[in-house]
Amino acid sequence: MIEFRQVTKRYDSDHTALRQVNFGLERGELAFLTGHSGAGKSTLLKLIMVMERPSAGEVIVGGQVLNTLPRRQVPYIRRHIGVVFQNHKLLFDRTVFDNVAMPLEVMGTPARDIGRRVRAALDKVGLLSKEKMNPLQLSGGEQQRVGIARAVVNKPPVLLADEPTGNLDPELSADIMRLFAEFSQVGVTVLIASHDIALINDLGRRKLTLDHGRLVSGVGPAGGLHG
Amino acid sequence: MANDPRRQQTRGAKSAPSPWREQAESYLSHHRRVARDSAQRLWQSPIASMMTWTVMGVALALPVALMLLLASLEGVSAGWESSARVTAYLNDSVSIEEARAIKAKVSDDSRVAGVELIDRDTALDEFRASSGLEDALDYLNENPLPHTLLVTPSESSRTADGVEMLLTVIEGLDGVERVQVDLGWLQRLNAMTDLLGRAVWVLALLLAAAVVLVIGNTVRLAIENRRDEILVAKLVGGTDAFVRRPFLYTGAWFGLGGGIVAWLLLQISLWWLSGPVERLAGLYRSEFSLNGLTFDGGLALIIAAMLLGWLGAWVAVKRHLDDIEPGEIAGG
Repeated sequence: MIEFRQVTKRYDSDHTALRQVNFGLERGELAFLTGHSGAGKSTLLKLIMVMERPSAGEVIVGGQVLNTLPRRQVPYIRRHIGVVFQNHKLLFDRTVFDNVAMPLEVMGTPARDIGRRVRAALDKVGLLSKEKMNPLQLSGGEQQRVGIARAVVNKPPVLLADEPTGNLDPELSADIMRLFAEFSQVGVTVLIASHDIALINDLGRRKLTLDHGRLVSGVGPAGGLHG
Repeated sequence: MANDPRRQQTRGAKSAPSPWREQAESYLSHHRRVARDSAQRLWQSPIASMMTWTVMGVALALPVALMLLLASLEGVSAGWESSARVTAYLNDSVSIEEARAIKAKVSDDSRVAGVELIDRDTALDEFRASSGLEDALDYLNENPLPHTLLVTPSESSRTADGVEMLLTVIEGLDGVERVQVDLGWLQRLNAMTDLLGRAVWVLALLLAAAVVLVIGNTVRLAIENRRDEILVAKLVGGTDAFVRRPFLYTGAWFGLGGGIVAWLLLQISLWWLSGPVERLAGLYRSEFSLNGLTFDGGLALIIAAMLLGWLGAWVAVKRHLDDIEPGEIAGG
């Protein structure tokens, strides 16, 4: 589903964020992306979302080579990729329902389908009763789950998460991880950037470790270079 | 507005392809919602919106007022051209018989509707009666006045150019000393309205540019205020057209308000000026009257204002929206 071939990302002459990164993620696979701060985790996620373009190598998502994708095609790729952020990126000028509905709205989904699918997504994260509330009224964990509902509402084949448990206590974090595992069971490719080593080791999933832009573990498919 | 055919081919990999009709309906309902939402946002800050509308209204009313004035002035000169008469003074040596022959010759011209001959004696009598110089004229040994032809151009020749042509023809006749036409002031008025016309266009262009810039700046602020929303929309796969749409509607609504304010300003000024203008025109026995905007004109003004607002929003959106890329969103 996601494939990196010899991907290098250089911001300027003395800052190389990624060096010749190679890996592939299958459909339905859940993997963690880990490494020290500034190791290139965010850059890697940005390359998948076409927020950045690689300096060399190829990024392939869903069989599509993203390097040469014209700018105006980028939104259509992003509709296939759900993203969860550490700081949620929710909009506080609208209800939980409207926040979750955004990906459907940009796709031009008919109104009655929007209602059905938003409620299905909120039900999945256990927030169906709070659809009319403002995200500000929710706790941090609940806000994160709204963010997850928004990321999966249009059933994307790929789900990315950048430090999704960064601000949460261990119990809530485990809840969130369980949610991600459920998505991967129904065929969604999930890639989670996190430095919560304890949590990652508990789950025993594939781990991609970055060190100064180099992928030092997890290169092969699950079971290969397990850390 | 921002019609984007790409939106029709939504490519949700896993979403069932809905019939295009449903897509089109949802597209239209989205437009309606965005339009309503943008209008509501303007209402939510009434003072700021009012100020923008007024700035636009003043900038639009000014050139339109001048155009209306110009149209009224052109009406005046058109009225006077039709009453233009050419006066031909004959040589002193021309006898009354010769004068009649010249009159006949001029009458034959198809561009001439009628000719009146005023012989020198009649002319002197009239002059004596009207000038009050009876005593002084008695001292003259002979009548200093020539025979005179008063030529009325035919209807088709009653234009500045037509009269000018007729003038040259009559001037070329034997026995004609001098031809005069009281078109001088008319030509000056025409020249002035021409000049004014161009000035109005220059002014209109400058003010239109000002309107575009004002709206552009206002929309730029709106874009800054909704930065997060734009980022999220782009993140979840909103196309450029989707992200632009609310701001283009905002621009159009500013235009609508500005156009209405301009119309109101024009109608109020007209109502306030029409009394004095009528009195002044009456003193000059002129048909002159200030014409207001017709309903169609008002509608055209509002549509033009909306287009300008939309254009201003477009400029701002082009310059600032494309800069907002979700690149900075993910930390560390």
